[in-house]
Amino acid sequence: MLTAAIVVPLLGALVVAVAGRRWSEPVVRAVGVATTLVPLALVVAAWIAFDPGSDQPFQLVTDVDWIPTLGVGYRVGVDGIALAVAAVTTVVFTAAVAHPAEMRGLAHQYVAWFLFLESVSLGLFLSLDLVLFYVFFDLSLVGMYFLISRWGHEDAERAALKFFLYTLLGSLSLLLGIIALGLSMDPITFDMRAIIAAQPLVGSGQAVAVLVLVMVGLGIKTPMVPFHTWLPAAHVEAPATASAVLAGVLLKMGTFGMIRIPFLMLRDTFADASLVIGVVAVVSILYGALVALGQDDLKRRIAYTSVNHMGYVVLGLAAAGSVVAGQEAARALALTGATVQMVAHGLITGTLFLLTGSIWDRTHDYDMDHYGGLLGQVPLLSGAMILASFASLGLPGLAGFVGEFQVFVGTFAVHPVLAAVGLLGILLTAALFLQLVQRMFLGEMPDRWSSLSDLAPVEVATLGVLLVLTVAVGVAPRLLVDTVHAAASLFVGG
Amino acid sequence: MQMSMQVSHLAPQLAVLMGAVVTLLVAMFTTRQRQWVNAPLALVALVVAAVLQVDLAGGPAVLAFDGLWALDRMTAVGSITVVVATGLVVALVPGWLATDARHGEYYPMLLLGALGAMVMVAAVDLNELIVGVVLSSVTGYVLAAWHRQSAWSVEAGMKYFLVGGLANIVLLVGAVLAFTAGGTTDHAVLAVTLADADPWLLVPMAATLVVGLAFKAGAVPVHSWVPDVAQGAPVPSAAFLTVVPKIGGLLALARLATVVPIDASGWRPVVAVVAVATMSVGTLAALGQDDVRRLLGWSSVSQAGYALVAVAVVGRSERAVPALVLFLAGYAVANVAAFGVVAALRGRTSLADWSGLARSRPGLAVAMVVALLSLVGIPPLAGFAGKFAVFAAAVDGGMTWLAVVAVVNTVVSLAYSLRVVAPMFLDEPVGSVHVLDRWSVVAVVVATVAILAVGVAADLVLSGATGSVLPALP
Repeated sequence: MLTAAIVVPLLGALVVAVAGRRWSEPVVRAVGVATTLVPLALVVAAWIAFDPGSDQPFQLVTDVDWIPTLGVGYRVGVDGIALAVAAVTTVVFTAAVAHPAEMRGLAHQYVAWFLFLESVSLGLFLSLDLVLFYVFFDLSLVGMYFLISRWGHEDAERAALKFFLYTLLGSLSLLLGIIALGLSMDPITFDMRAIIAAQPLVGSGQAVAVLVLVMVGLGIKTPMVPFHTWLPAAHVEAPATASAVLAGVLLKMGTFGMIRIPFLMLRDTFADASLVIGVVAVVSILYGALVALGQDDLKRRIAYTSVNHMGYVVLGLAAAGSVVAGQEAARALALTGATVQMVAHGLITGTLFLLTGSIWDRTHDYDMDHYGGLLGQVPLLSGAMILASFASLGLPGLAGFVGEFQVFVGTFAVHPVLAAVGLLGILLTAALFLQLVQRMFLGEMPDRWSSLSDLAPVEVATLGVLLVLTVAVGVAPRLLVDTVHAAASLFVGG
Repeated sequence: MQMSMQVSHLAPQLAVLMGAVVTLLVAMFTTRQRQWVNAPLALVALVVAAVLQVDLAGGPAVLAFDGLWALDRMTAVGSITVVVATGLVVALVPGWLATDARHGEYYPMLLLGALGAMVMVAAVDLNELIVGVVLSSVTGYVLAAWHRQSAWSVEAGMKYFLVGGLANIVLLVGAVLAFTAGGTTDHAVLAVTLADADPWLLVPMAATLVVGLAFKAGAVPVHSWVPDVAQGAPVPSAAFLTVVPKIGGLLALARLATVVPIDASGWRPVVAVVAVATMSVGTLAALGQDDVRRLLGWSSVSQAGYALVAVAVVGRSERAVPALVLFLAGYAVANVAAFGVVAALRGRTSLADWSGLARSRPGLAVAMVVALLSLVGIPPLAGFAGKFAVFAAAVDGGMTWLAVVAVVNTVVSLAYSLRVVAPMFLDEPVGSVHVLDRWSVVAVVVATVAILAVGVAADLVLSGATGSVLPALP
């Protein structure tokens, strides 16, 4: 079931890339959307089959040898955390493929790259083998490189190159850490479950080096300050749909990897470093929010809020892993919060970036100063943007609130000072989104936008699905939180 | 370990030799229009050799021919890699040399060059190793300078010859020093006698042996021929010379590493320094190239550096030799695929001419991207499996810093690879694109599939190459 969720989009990508050349653009897009619905259905089925009450954290496991000489296997399976992230992945991809975009006459390649990216994203979230994880981690760079460079704006080629080089450095740093972890097992294995059970580097001098290598690798992807500099360039130049996937799904690879590798496999070392990691997270939260506040470019502003929002996730992880035993309740809450925040950020930022795409299609302008009073002219677009902005700033009743609340409650129990300083980030985010809403949608509208058209039915559908889910997670978080919390309790209790 | 003297132990090499003789005779006695038959004849010889070598690999490791010929797993998989790479190059030749008056004579040269590399892989005696090196070099000079009317080709051959002459003398000096210190040229005996030899002899011996074989590997400080050969030699020769002698030289180095007293001779630091210099020089020089063939040449230099990382930990990690073999297998198919694309495009080499190739020739463009990404080490391609195994060996052998240097170079190597990829996919096509012939395209397809296959089925190569390296010490 899980393997099919990985393979179907990959096959779809191949079919669309080869056969799609002769199809018209709507047909290619329809085939693409249909293909993304298969993994969506499969992940829902996996969610139903998953037993949150079990004491087995990883379920629905497939384990086949790949390179047995080096202890590498094709191992996939899910826990509550992987289910949550995989579910949001499938939703964001369906919306991104369906959302209108300028395909420059290469619809088949465009859709094929999206399907390819969906396959590697799911592969990463479902993998239970470190090398398999790395394979998908690296492949995500290839897919995103082509999407940004081929369908991006003027300076896309350079931004894509920077993105690829920067994140490849990160992934290779991660690779060295992974190799050290695998070699520390006897016999050598990269099976995540075995390494989590063995905690092989406890008390070893290597542990700190491995933690640094892995955290730098994943920190670049997340991105955490000071490794975030590739992000604004990539987001500004990328087509909006690719930005939605990049922010909504690919950034989660970093924090998801942090849960899987340092948090679970290097418990002791992670606990020792928890305060440092927490401080970096708070710096990311504040820095991301402050820089975002200073941006006049709509897309750049949203891009920097990702640095801020991913900071909450890392802060939650730092709190959850702060000690090896004790304070289980607070730490489980923090880990649950971090995961829910990943889901929420995926939905909300996915929506925000798709909306910037809708705006760009109509105006070819990202400068917020050129807008104003759009609410009267394009109420649907404005309403969607305002709703997503409120969700992003953490308004109760919307998805962003649930995760952030849990993260901060959990963090207050272990790192109260960090939590207090981090809260300032929420204030800044509120300011920057309210100002965004005010500048673009309220006040006087410049005349040139008087012929602006509102959202088309397709856009209503794609944005609607994401926003409905955002509200649903905010209003009725139980389904999500219970599943995630089951995994989180098992992980912090061990 | 047992000694024996069965001719069947040399059957694969004899098959290649027979192929060389037959193709030479055909070249002498047929008209130019018919000389293409040498291509299928050479392929038959190579297929027979591969099958025989696979057959031999199943048996136990033996020192055949009175301790002259190591028939171990490294020989088996290394030789098969040489044969496969040569076979892929053969397919590029008929189209490339269709109008060449000496078309037929090219095949015996290729086969003898492959034989030289096979001798280097299996040699367990320094004299024999030198015979292999010289056989590989002499045929290599001819292959590089094949186009007598082309100044580029002649210059490539000349440079290869001059650097090679010097390096081969250095290698000879190394052999003489080993003989002086250990009283023999036989690896098995040297492994014992060198152990208490004078360090003042051992250190220069190690240095000269490494530098001498570095020529075959295309490594610093005797690497300068590589970009010239890659750019100026006929493309099939460039594909062959950047791959096959490299396999021979690096595996011979790995075998020597099991013979020389590693610590007393300073072997490890020498190899490590050469590795770092080779990958860094190759990578940095490739960055500025506007000529695809030359860029591939410099990239080939840097790849030798990664391979040397594995050589540096031979003896410290049992994973080193299998990793080296896997890395070389992955490198071989990827590099032949890349040069195969160049050949299929009739030698198109200026970077500017590659614009828009994804539109005009999507299949070849995809093959080139796959080859380049494999050389960078993107999974699940062959190059990733190789680098992963090499890095693991380096960490396992306690030389993590070498892996770190390799990582930094890998990131830079992505930059020059994308300089080739980006115009193919992002720019508009310029002019019309003509393809050499069907067989070169077939070679590219087979090599590209092999890149994926070696990556996905890496364990086949890795476990196939796992086993004691002869002469194993008692």
